[in-house]
Amino acid sequence: MIKKLNELKSGETGVLASYGSGGDLELKRHLLGMGFVKGADVEVEKVAPLGDPIQVKVKGYSVCLRKEEAKNIEIEV
Amino acid sequence: MANLKIGLAGNPNVGKTTLFNTLTGLNQHVGNWPGKTVAQAKGHYKHNGNEVEVIDLPGNYALSAHSMEEIVSRDFIVDEDADVIVNIIDAANIERNLYLTVQMMELGANLVVALNMNKYAQDKGYTIDANKLSELLGVPVVEIEANSDTGKEELLKTVEQAAQNPVNTTERLVYNNELKEHIAELQAVIEEDKNLLDVPSSWIAIKLLENDEIVEEKIEGSSKRNNIQAETKKVKDHLEGIFGEGSEEVIANARYAFIDGLLKESLTKPNHLKVSISEKIDKIVTNRILGFPIFIVIMYAMFEIVFTFGAPFQDLIDEFFGILGDFIVGSLGETMLSSFLVNGLIGGVGGVLVFLPQIILLFLIISFLEDCGYLARAAFVMDKLMHKFVGLHGKAFIPMLLGFGCGVPGIMATRTMENEKDRLITMLIVPFMSCSARMPVYLLLVGAFFAANQSLVILSLYLVGIIVAVIVAFILRKTTFKEMSAPFVMELPDYKLPTIRGILMHTLEKSWGFIKKAGTIILVASIVIWMLSYFPAGVEYGSQESAIGTIGTVIAPVFAPLGFGEWQPAVALAFGLVAKEVVVGTFSSLFGVAEEGAGIITAMHGIFTPLTAYVFMVFVLLYIPCFAALGAIKQETGGWKYPLIMSAVTLVTAYVVSFIVYMVGLGLGLG
Repeated sequence: MIKKLNELKSGETGVLASYGSGGDLELKRHLLGMGFVKGADVEVEKVAPLGDPIQVKVKGYSVCLRKEEAKNIEIEV
Repeated sequence: MANLKIGLAGNPNVGKTTLFNTLTGLNQHVGNWPGKTVAQAKGHYKHNGNEVEVIDLPGNYALSAHSMEEIVSRDFIVDEDADVIVNIIDAANIERNLYLTVQMMELGANLVVALNMNKYAQDKGYTIDANKLSELLGVPVVEIEANSDTGKEELLKTVEQAAQNPVNTTERLVYNNELKEHIAELQAVIEEDKNLLDVPSSWIAIKLLENDEIVEEKIEGSSKRNNIQAETKKVKDHLEGIFGEGSEEVIANARYAFIDGLLKESLTKPNHLKVSISEKIDKIVTNRILGFPIFIVIMYAMFEIVFTFGAPFQDLIDEFFGILGDFIVGSLGETMLSSFLVNGLIGGVGGVLVFLPQIILLFLIISFLEDCGYLARAAFVMDKLMHKFVGLHGKAFIPMLLGFGCGVPGIMATRTMENEKDRLITMLIVPFMSCSARMPVYLLLVGAFFAANQSLVILSLYLVGIIVAVIVAFILRKTTFKEMSAPFVMELPDYKLPTIRGILMHTLEKSWGFIKKAGTIILVASIVIWMLSYFPAGVEYGSQESAIGTIGTVIAPVFAPLGFGEWQPAVALAFGLVAKEVVVGTFSSLFGVAEEGAGIITAMHGIFTPLTAYVFMVFVLLYIPCFAALGAIKQETGGWKYPLIMSAVTLVTAYVVSFIVYMVGLGLGLG
């Protein structure tokens, strides 16, 4: 099943399926560099105390991003 | 014997600066990249008779045209003929770290890979075969620990050997056949224009497929641009057809695929990563319920430590200057010289140095929080709040927190922010964070009026600063800086036990900055105060008849609605423009008493009530930041526009907020 990264719950894992079209190009470029590439294993580790941003494990390290920024990333769960 | 030039490159948080310090020691200086607002640290060392120049490149995740830092790093690799680029890699995070390595290989950089933090990799269960990795990359790989001398000698030797035998790293990169073929087609077209070939043609091809604006612009100037652009478009469309995603993603995938290939042979990791210490700590520290309370407790503890441990040292320094003053008057008598030395020099500079212990403690704690990894967590916890109410990045929190130490490094720390508008707003609100130079003023007045609730009253002032910053940022965002949204995306580095050396270097550097400020600007200010107080000749020192008294009397009525219409506070505020701590020195000079003790407390009780003392502190907190902070803003923004906006904004804010506080206080019957 395909879900958007921002919809994943804390502890949920999946594989990055694709970037939806649209979204900010700069942001996409940055995320690609940070390891958000097709086929990468992704785990939502935590949601910040106020519900945003989220902490994601990708390529063996932790990165945090806002839900708004995660919504273009599609995850196969 | 040779002169070598090396660049240090790597991701943020990998120990790059630590290695830079280990290599160059004190032989370093920090400036700016020519024509850029990005800081550049340069240094040198001698080894085996070689004179080696070291340039610390900005920490980058990639070499796209994403930020000024990335452009600076890539220009360095392209334009400066460095003999070797030392690529520092966090072994515990090797996969993502190699992404930058691959991009430097695309540029053909002569690399030496330094694997750092091997201990953390081992803790994670990683075993890295450095020889195998070196073989596959075609460049030397050295294991080091940047915070000690482990591996240092071998690294230095390897660098020298690599300088002798440069490797064209581009040749070692292997991307999938489909991509390789099309890159080659594009290369062939690019190579028709020999003027473009100061960089590998394969790099230009890759960058064109990545829609890199800077390279695209360069192609605009080429005689073969029509062919190149047409071929680029063709290849892009073709790749999109085959892979079902944009050429940018295709290339990023190819890089990570290459890295996967490397690591399959050189890295063994356990099937199930055990829960790391960082994850365990974060379970508590960024916990949904505990995250905020912990943040506030850490902030509060920071101030308690600063006051409790700072006080005895403060008393010692104070005593020393007291004895020095008595000694000077005792041996010189009551002359103009002794008045100058005691009232001008000791009164001003001594009064500032007294607060050095607290400033050192504050910087020690901030450096500790930064180095151990908590600051990034604080940004994670705070982002929603910052984003929602201030419209800023959680990262803006870090410059603002540094602003509590000193606005100057705080303003400089905005360099970590990628979005220009975010950066400007942050810079403009950093001075509302109550810096350590305001502390002397608080300590004086809180000591005199609120002895029972010192920490609480001071904490309330810090909170006033924060709330005002939030409101000002909100107004700026709705007016001057509309439509901005910087991505938050930020690495959460693993927690690390900071090294004593690292913390001391940070603290020393920042405290030294404070002393230098005290030693130059404040010295000048103290002398000016003394002259204005001593002259015209014959008047009583610092009395209302002196030059300073005249100035104060003229501007004092402006402050009457705030509850402190006396001439002395007006004078103190005027001189506080030079640097806020001068406010204390001015009071002590004006009343001819020591900066601490019964004398000045009595004097303060003569001009303030508890309410007006508090209002005065609020005004000191909020009005125009010191000249050093204005200078830093000027330097960062490249003109007087923002320092002037800053001055106007802060002056109005200070007046309005102080007035409100005074009115509310009177209304509550606190007058």
